[in-house]
Amino acid sequence: MKHTLVATMEEGPAVLNRVVSLFRQRGFAVDSLTTGRTHEPHIMRLSIVVDGSKTAIEQVVKQLYKVIEVRKVSDLTDDQTVQRELALIKVTSKSAALRAEVMQVADIYRARVVDVAQNSLTVEVTGPSDKIDSIVGLLKPYGIKEMVRTGLVVMSRGATAGQEKGREAVRLREVS
Amino acid sequence: MKLNGSQILSRSLAEEGVEVIFGLPGGAIMPLYDEMHKHPMRHVLVRHEQGGAHMADGYARARRDVGVCMGTSGPGATNLVTGILNAQMDSSPVIAITVNVASSFIGTDAFQEADINGITIPVTKQNYLVRSTRDLARTVKEAFHIARTGRPGPVHIDIPKDILLGEVEFDYARTTVDLPGFQPSTEGNIVQIRKAARLIEQAERPVILAGQGVLISRAAPELKAFAERATLPVVTTLLGISGFPGTHALSAGWPGMHGFVWSSYAIDRADLVIGIGNRFDDRCCGKFSAFAPNAKIIHIDIDPAEIGKNVRVDVPIVGDVKRVLPKLIGELGEIADRLPWLRQIDEWKREYPPKKYPDDTPILYVPQVIQGLYRATRGQALVVADVGQHQMFAAQHYLFDEPDTWLTSGGLGTMGFALPAAIGAQLARPDKTVWAVAGDGCFQMTMQELAVCVVEKIPVKIAIINNAYLGMVRQWQELFWNGNYQAVDLAGPPDYIKLAEAYGIPAWRVTRPHEVQPAIGAAMAYPGPAIIEFQVAKEENVLPMVVPGTSLADVIPDTPYVPDAVGSPIAEPMAEPVALRGEVTR
Repeated sequence: MKHTLVATMEEGPAVLNRVVSLFRQRGFAVDSLTTGRTHEPHIMRLSIVVDGSKTAIEQVVKQLYKVIEVRKVSDLTDDQTVQRELALIKVTSKSAALRAEVMQVADIYRARVVDVAQNSLTVEVTGPSDKIDSIVGLLKPYGIKEMVRTGLVVMSRGATAGQEKGREAVRLREVS
Repeated sequence: MKLNGSQILSRSLAEEGVEVIFGLPGGAIMPLYDEMHKHPMRHVLVRHEQGGAHMADGYARARRDVGVCMGTSGPGATNLVTGILNAQMDSSPVIAITVNVASSFIGTDAFQEADINGITIPVTKQNYLVRSTRDLARTVKEAFHIARTGRPGPVHIDIPKDILLGEVEFDYARTTVDLPGFQPSTEGNIVQIRKAARLIEQAERPVILAGQGVLISRAAPELKAFAERATLPVVTTLLGISGFPGTHALSAGWPGMHGFVWSSYAIDRADLVIGIGNRFDDRCCGKFSAFAPNAKIIHIDIDPAEIGKNVRVDVPIVGDVKRVLPKLIGELGEIADRLPWLRQIDEWKREYPPKKYPDDTPILYVPQVIQGLYRATRGQALVVADVGQHQMFAAQHYLFDEPDTWLTSGGLGTMGFALPAAIGAQLARPDKTVWAVAGDGCFQMTMQELAVCVVEKIPVKIAIINNAYLGMVRQWQELFWNGNYQAVDLAGPPDYIKLAEAYGIPAWRVTRPHEVQPAIGAAMAYPGPAIIEFQVAKEENVLPMVVPGTSLADVIPDTPYVPDAVGSPIAEPMAEPVALRGEVTR
């Protein structure tokens, strides 16, 4: 089963290397890994989609905690979350008719056309991963010349910061 | 006061209480060597950096505090890696310091440049590349804190040469460590402790599986009190040996691949296994899915990642063994009757005794050597074993009563560990007689450190167990690869007596059982380092054995002694006449 983990960690050249090295070393099946700044200075946030059993994921979380610079790890899989990914898709469109079709598809997905050239259109789309998968599927027949996806970023819904639940989740497991 | 980087590093190490550093200089690290000798620390010049790392490891384990090793850039640094990983696998607080090429050369494939910071990421608890002289003191303080705190482990600090030359203000006392992401839980959850207490009270067939964590947190007295209070037989892991007195009535040996049958049975048939400062390693537990099938499992460890990693755990307790055990004792009420269970274990123990050899066998067997060593040292030595058959025989036939008197490379299984680790251990424990027990294959991996014993006057006693084979590999080839012996024959050079002579170390060659004790006595009577080469049966197998992929219940017991069943003495040209050779030199 796919799990969505979020980790906050101190900024630094070695930390990301350490985390990635850990995943490689222990053979964790990482689907997607993104990193970016947060509202706190010098704190980075990792969003990780990793495939594995419940015990395997528990091990991922515990091993992440062993990285000295990692502050908190949360498994947001069972939480209400906002999940977003951004994709840029360059599609072949040799005629005005085809361009119109592509723009129509983009419209349905609330995607934006961000660049138009003689023979191509570039579409920018944001949403959960399955939405991106879906528009990619529809655009494929037109001929995708180039595509890039950012990977998933995640945030829990509601007033509480999902990050607060991280250590709690581990402790609860210890108590159960 | 403004100091340069070399001064800051030297002062910081002294402030951390470092008394001995194991190192070998080179181009990049020279600014540090120019400074370090002015400070009250002893530098031991090693002959290979791997030896230095093992010395720091042995020193750290025998003292249960940080050991420090050093190397220069490039090959000096990479030579440390095996030793650093060895420390990581066995939770040993080693600080490894390397000096890299100057910052401006980093990333240019400069002479003797290695990305040692990248290389040590997966083999350390934490590692650093110091980018500014200003960060140096804080980095050292953090490194020592991390190495010592929680589950200990190695920390590597890489310092570009120019950082040693830069000058900044230095005030170690006011240098602060702030690590919000590193706050190990030590106390144990009281709800879990109570739950554990109930299980312990009621269990009919409980057993403790005590690991090195007991020794690391100096909790041997607490473990003894706990076992006695709740009438619990104590099985230890290989690294946990000496954490519970081997001669104690509740001592139940050690289980696993070459552990005792009765110890493996005790775990297998138990209705409660209490893991204390251990990690349920595969060599110790056999097939995980069949581990202690009828038992509830309590696991006390300071590293939460070890809990539930290999075996299912019913009651997890994250904490320092030394702090958790007294709380657990405090929660205990009336204990169920354990006499039938203790009798059962005793019965197994009688049924599967250690193999008995006659006193006058025509050739020498390793257990006779270890038993002789036990008698001659009255069980009081600090024994450092290398890796392989002799290591297992040593663990089987020597009983350890005093904590931290048994050191070996458990997790990584690093051949060549014994001699350098024994040197480190001897420096940490000048009061003890330290014996390195090494196979001939192991010994040849780090034997250049003999020079250190002589030059630094470190009186370790070295038992080379020579069967002229890579014995454990040979045993596996015999048992699992149809006896197809490939690349295991070590017959021929060196002549260990002549080798000893070359280093100015007295040496004896022993080939018969009755020579064992006199030789050990003579080696111990000599005030400096001494070597005994024990030429033993070539093809003796270590048993019992839990074959990989099987469970502890499937342990294959040892077979009775049969004359000449395990092969000839080692190759003729090397075999000397029976007579003991006396002191070779000096």
